[in-house]
Amino acid sequence: MLHIKNLKAGVDGKEILKGINLEVKPGEVHAIMGPNGSGKSTLSAVLAGNGRFTVTDGEATFNGKNLLEMAPEDRAREGLFLSFQYPVEIPGVSMVNFMKTAVNEHRKYQGLEPMSAGDFLKMLRDKKQVVEIDDRLTSRSVNEGFSGGEKKKNEIFQMAMLEPKLSILDETDSGLDIDALRIVANGVNKLKNANNATIVITHYQRLLDYIVPDVVHILYNGLIVKTGGKELALELEAKGYDWIKEAVKV
Amino acid sequence: MSESIDSNTMKYKLINLYQQNRASILEGLPENMNRYRDAAIRDFDRMGIPEKGEEKYKYTDLMWAFGKTYGYAFKAHTINVDSSTLFQCAVPDLDTHTLILENGWFYERNNEHAALPKEIVACSIREASVTHAELFAKHYNQQAQEHPESVSVFNTAFAQDGMFLYIPDGFVMGKPIQIINLLRGNNPLLVNQRNLIVAGKNSQAKVIVCDHTLSHQNFLSNTVTEVFVDEQAVFDYYNIQNQHNQSSQVASLYIYQKKGSNTLTNTLTLHGGFVRNNVFVKLAEEHAEAHVYGLSLIDGKQHVDNYTFIDHAVPNCLSNEMYKNILDDDATGAFNGRILVRKDAQKTRAYQSNKNICLTPTARFFTKPQLEIYADDVKCSHGATVGQINEEAQFYLQSRGIGGREARMMLMYAFAYEVIRNIRVPVLVERYGELVERRLRGELSRCEGCFVHCN
Repeated sequence: MLHIKNLKAGVDGKEILKGINLEVKPGEVHAIMGPNGSGKSTLSAVLAGNGRFTVTDGEATFNGKNLLEMAPEDRAREGLFLSFQYPVEIPGVSMVNFMKTAVNEHRKYQGLEPMSAGDFLKMLRDKKQVVEIDDRLTSRSVNEGFSGGEKKKNEIFQMAMLEPKLSILDETDSGLDIDALRIVANGVNKLKNANNATIVITHYQRLLDYIVPDVVHILYNGLIVKTGGKELALELEAKGYDWIKEAVKV
Repeated sequence: MSESIDSNTMKYKLINLYQQNRASILEGLPENMNRYRDAAIRDFDRMGIPEKGEEKYKYTDLMWAFGKTYGYAFKAHTINVDSSTLFQCAVPDLDTHTLILENGWFYERNNEHAALPKEIVACSIREASVTHAELFAKHYNQQAQEHPESVSVFNTAFAQDGMFLYIPDGFVMGKPIQIINLLRGNNPLLVNQRNLIVAGKNSQAKVIVCDHTLSHQNFLSNTVTEVFVDEQAVFDYYNIQNQHNQSSQVASLYIYQKKGSNTLTNTLTLHGGFVRNNVFVKLAEEHAEAHVYGLSLIDGKQHVDNYTFIDHAVPNCLSNEMYKNILDDDATGAFNGRILVRKDAQKTRAYQSNKNICLTPTARFFTKPQLEIYADDVKCSHGATVGQINEEAQFYLQSRGIGGREARMMLMYAFAYEVIRNIRVPVLVERYGELVERRLRGELSRCEGCFVHCN
């Protein structure tokens, strides 16, 4: 589904990703772990098409299409979804209008008619259940005045609405209390099926108790330095990141 | 040729014009309108046409508007076409009492279909100066005199007609009153329109003023509108400015508020080459509330300048001011918001916000908050920003599959909506929303799609 080969990228001339190789197949859950500043968020931003970052080398294909040549909106329409570490507040754009526009732009891309208001509202109600999101939140402006936990729930709610093939969850656990974490993780698990895939980017192992990965990668200094099964996350949790730093130096 | 004329020469030309035509200007008008003229032209002589750089005109060159050659009409034309048959409201949901003024003149024939309640007086200001002489004399030129502005005294000297509106004590208007100002003709024209609105005690009314041009000549409309809002009255004034981009508009709005009154003004500028709006609000008695809003969406070489002056003269009043501008291409704009809290105006709440988006590097905006606070127990705030579209927000929308252009539209609309949502006529919120969206998409030409159908 996703093939990344020797991907190098940076910002303002500073190289952050120094040759990433990664392959994600349908049905899989990958975890990418790493210390602060290792390039985790840069990887997710580059894949989603954030113009702040420049790709200098390598390739990334998504379902056979060159991801790096696509506009951010087309990546989304192809089925890529990024759950933001820091979701943006957009006063004046209502959640309902935002989601209606997004859903219909996806449908247009697929050659489908816009959804009727009735069907859309029904879909909205159904998907709200996934992350137990409040009616109060969907009637407001996008993320405006939401708490940290509400913002993260809102990301997963949007994921439920757009039904992506590949979801990248960028530090979705940061700033979440344990109840919110459980709700968000449950939401992600409910949306999982044999045809979609998830990349969970996290600093801590805790989230992986709830979203169990098939593969764990350790990203350090712009490179994936170690790949293993879910036990790798536990090892990392026990030994700390210094262990990896030492191992890489040698 | 007229392009190079300096403001002093222009001043003398205009004073000369007054002297030459004094008899025709005064003709048929009563003393209570004429008695201010000679003093006004002397004030105009003293003040001149303010030069760019003077305090109230730091970023605006009035000569762009005044330096051109215009014709003047000192007599109402005999009209042979009924304006009301030419124009139909394009918005069926906007159920209003519609009045039409043409080149600043109020023609009875155009306004036979307004179907106003019989309690309301809506007529030519010429007529009102005779038929409602006492009311007229009590309010005419009182506020304009308190704030002697060059453009206003010029208007006082020349003005011969305009709209008079009186909402009697206790009367609540069900539907809004829509005043459509049309400019048209075969020659360039300078119009000095003068309006007077009196909202009686405990009355309620909403007025929507639409400014349009129907032909391509250079027009300069220099309008003065005085509004007197009596105790506990609620009064809304919405001005939609949509003249063509070679025209100039100077609109001075004066509002005087008595005890417990509540006003809302909203100026929406869509088209117009040169627009200067002056809004003066005097909170003269306690517990009065004024909401002052403005929004402009401009492009090309348009220039829009909003000047506001909120005078908190007494304690316990509230003013809430928000102006927003979106500028594209080479458009320029300015905002100067003066708030005066007088010495004894304790418990004043005065809030001001001016936010602007420049879409291109060549669009420029200048903003100047001006708070003068002489009382010590007050809540005042002001904020001004000039920025671009928020790229983070745009990327967020795009990452959900919304196209770049559409994402920008949504963000601009959201920016504008903060002003629109304060409109107190629910159906007008929707109409404004549609107008703004079409203007932002570049689909709104000056002659169509407004409240008026142009043929």
